[in-house]
Amino acid sequence: MSDPTPLLSVTGLNVAFQTPRGTAQAVNGIDFTLARGEVLCLLGESGSGKSVTLRALMRLLPEQRSRISGRVTIAGEDLYGLPERRVEDLRGKVVSMVFQEPMLALDPVYTIGAQIAETIVRHERVSKAEAGRRALELLEKVQIPSAKRRLEAYPHEMSGGMRQRAMIALALACNPAILLADEPTTALDATVQMQVLLLLRRLQAETGMAVIMVTHDIGVAAETADRVAVMYAGRIVEQGTAAQVLKTPQHPYATGLFASTVHAGLKDRRLDAIPGAPPDLTALPPGCAFAPRCARRREACDVGQPPKIRMADAREVLCVDAVAAG
Amino acid sequence: MLSYIVRRVLYAVPIAVGVTLLVFALLHMAPGDPVNAVAGPDAPADVVEALRRAYGFDKPLPYQYLLYLGRVVGGDLGVSVATGRAVAGELAQAFANTLVLALGAAVVGFVAGIALGGVAGWHKGTVVDHLATVVSLIGVSVPHYWLGMVMVILMAVELNWLPAMGMASGDAPLFGLEQVRHMLLPVLTMAVIPTGIVARSVRAAVGETLEREFVQALKAKGMRRGAVMRHVVRNVSPTIIAVLGLQFGYLLGGSILIETVFSWPGTGFLLNEAIFKRDLPVLQGIILMLALFFVLLNLVVDVAQAALDPRMRRT
Ligand SMILES: Nc1ncnc2c1ncn2[C@@H]1O[C@H](COP(=O)(O)OP(=O)(O)O)[C@@H](O)[C@H]1O
Ligand SMILES: [Mg+2]
Repeated sequence: MSDPTPLLSVTGLNVAFQTPRGTAQAVNGIDFTLARGEVLCLLGESGSGKSVTLRALMRLLPEQRSRISGRVTIAGEDLYGLPERRVEDLRGKVVSMVFQEPMLALDPVYTIGAQIAETIVRHERVSKAEAGRRALELLEKVQIPSAKRRLEAYPHEMSGGMRQRAMIALALACNPAILLADEPTTALDATVQMQVLLLLRRLQAETGMAVIMVTHDIGVAAETADRVAVMYAGRIVEQGTAAQVLKTPQHPYATGLFASTVHAGLKDRRLDAIPGAPPDLTALPPGCAFAPRCARRREACDVGQPPKIRMADAREVLCVDAVAAG
Repeated sequence: MLSYIVRRVLYAVPIAVGVTLLVFALLHMAPGDPVNAVAGPDAPADVVEALRRAYGFDKPLPYQYLLYLGRVVGGDLGVSVATGRAVAGELAQAFANTLVLALGAAVVGFVAGIALGGVAGWHKGTVVDHLATVVSLIGVSVPHYWLGMVMVILMAVELNWLPAMGMASGDAPLFGLEQVRHMLLPVLTMAVIPTGIVARSVRAAVGETLEREFVQALKAKGMRRGAVMRHVVRNVSPTIIAVLGLQFGYLLGGSILIETVFSWPGTGFLLNEAIFKRDLPVLQGIILMLALFFVLLNLVVDVAQAALDPRMRRT
C-alpha cells in the first residue's frame, strides 16, 4: 500500500517557446509530486503556465517550437527519456486528459461511441464489440441519460454538459492512474459546472485515481483539492495542503488572491483581484516576477530569484519574506 | 441521410428546369428570326416552313418552351445547321471524348495534387512543404495552352515520342495503347492546373486540421500516427471533395483551349466550331449538356459531403 516513490514527480521543469517576439519562458523550474489517489489543484491567473505544465506532463508540446528541460517521472519512468512509441502507450492509459472545450477536443465527424471505443481498442486487446460494450458502460458511469442512444450521437448533437461528460468518459476509458483536467468546467453553464465537478469528485473517489485539476475558481479548489499549487509567471509560488494555502496563504500573490475571501466564503471567487498585469514572459525580470505588483517589495526582491523556502508546516513558498522551518 | 438525399435531388429539379429555360431563351435572344437560326441561312423555303411548324414558332412562347422541353426529354436536340446531322448523336460522341480526357486529367491531377498537398500539409514548414508549394504554385501560374504547345514541340516535334494531334483512328480501342499515347500530352497538360489547385487546397486543409485541438486530444489518448492521419483524412475529405468536384467541372467545361490545341474532337472542339459556324442548335445542345452535367456533379458532391460529415446533413 505505502509506495515510497510518488506516482508522478516533476523536478526543475522548464518550458520555453520560440515566438516571433522572442523566447517566451512559459514554465520556469517547477517542482512538485503527486501521490497515488491525490488531488492537486493548480491555481493562477490566465497565462501563468498551467495548461503548458499539463501538456508537458503528457509530452504533448510542439517539438519544434518548444524547448523543454527538467525531469518528469511517471510511475518510475523518465518521460522525456522514453521513445515516442512508449510515450504513446502511456497516454490515455496511464495519464489521460480532460480538455477545457469538449466541442473542440472531440472529433466532429466520429460518433461519441466510436471515439471511446477506439481508445479502448488502442490500449487493450479487446474486440470492437467488447469495446463498444465498455463505451456504453462508461457513458452510464458518467450519467449520460439514454446512454445507448448517445453512443451513436455526434458531438454537435449533444449539450455542453453532456459533451464534457462524454469527454470524461473518454478520459477514463482505460482506467488511468492520473487524470489531468484543464479547467474542465470553464466552458459550461453555471448550473452544469457544479454537476460536472461533483461527478469528477465521485469518480475520483470511486477509482482512486490521482487528479491534477487546473481551475480559476478557488471554491472548486477548496472543495476538491488535497493539495494546492499557486502559479505565477511559470513558477509555483506556493504549494501545500489545501487548508494551508487557501486559509493562510503566505506568498503575497496568494495572500492577495485569497485573504479577503476568508470572510466572504471561498465559493465562487475568481482570481482577478490584484492590480497590475502579469509580466511579459519574453522579458522576465532577473528578480521575483511578482515584485512589480507586490505590496511588500524590498530591495532583495529584485536582486535574484527568491529562494524556495520550506516552512515549518511543510508547505513551500517562493518568497524572501517566508520563514523557513527550524 | 436518405431524407437528405431525397431533399437534395428534389432541390436539383428546379435548377435543371431553370437551365432548360435559359438554353431555350438563348434561341430567342439571338438576333433575327429564330427559325433561320435553327434552319441555317441557305435552307429551302419548305424546310423552313416545316421547322417553323415543328418548333411552333407561330405559337406563344410558353407553348414553344413546352414543345422544346418535350423534345429535350425525348432526346431530340435538333439538327446541326453545319452538318445536317442530329445534334444529340454528335454531342454524345464529343462528350464521350471529352469525358475520357477529363477523367484522365482528373486521375493524374487529383492523385498528384492530393499526394503533394498531403505531404506538404502534414510536414508544414519543412523543406518538403516548400518544395511542394513551389511545384503547385508553378502549376497554377503556367498558362496551360502555352504549356500544351511547348509539350507538343518538345515531345512530338523534337523528340517524336508522342503523337501531337487528335485521337487514334476510329477502330482503335478506347483505352488501347495507341489511344493512351494520343491522350498523354493533352491529359498531362490539362492535369497541371488541377494538380496545383488541389495540392494547395489539400495542404491548407491538412495544415489547418492538424492545428485543431482534437488532434492534440487524439494524441492525448495515445493514438498513433496512422490513426491520427485517418481522423485528419476524414475531417478534410468533405472540403477536398468539393474542390475535386469543382476542378472536374472545370476540366469538362474548360477543355476548349486544350482540345483546340490538340485537335481533340470533344465538346470544347465542337463548341469552338459551333461558335465560328454560328451553329445555334449545336451550341444550345452543348450548353444544355454541360450545364446539366454541372447540376449532377454538384448533387453528387453534396451527397458525398453529407455522407462524410454528419453536420452537413441537417440543412
Ligand atoms: N504552443 C505555444 N507556443 C507559444 N507560446 C505558447 C504556446 N502555448 C502556450 N504558450 C504561452 O505560454 C504561456 C502560458 O500559457 P498557458 O499555460 O496556456 O496559461 P494558463 O495558465 O492560462 O493555462 C502563455 O503566455 C502562452 O501564450
Ligand atoms: Mg489554460
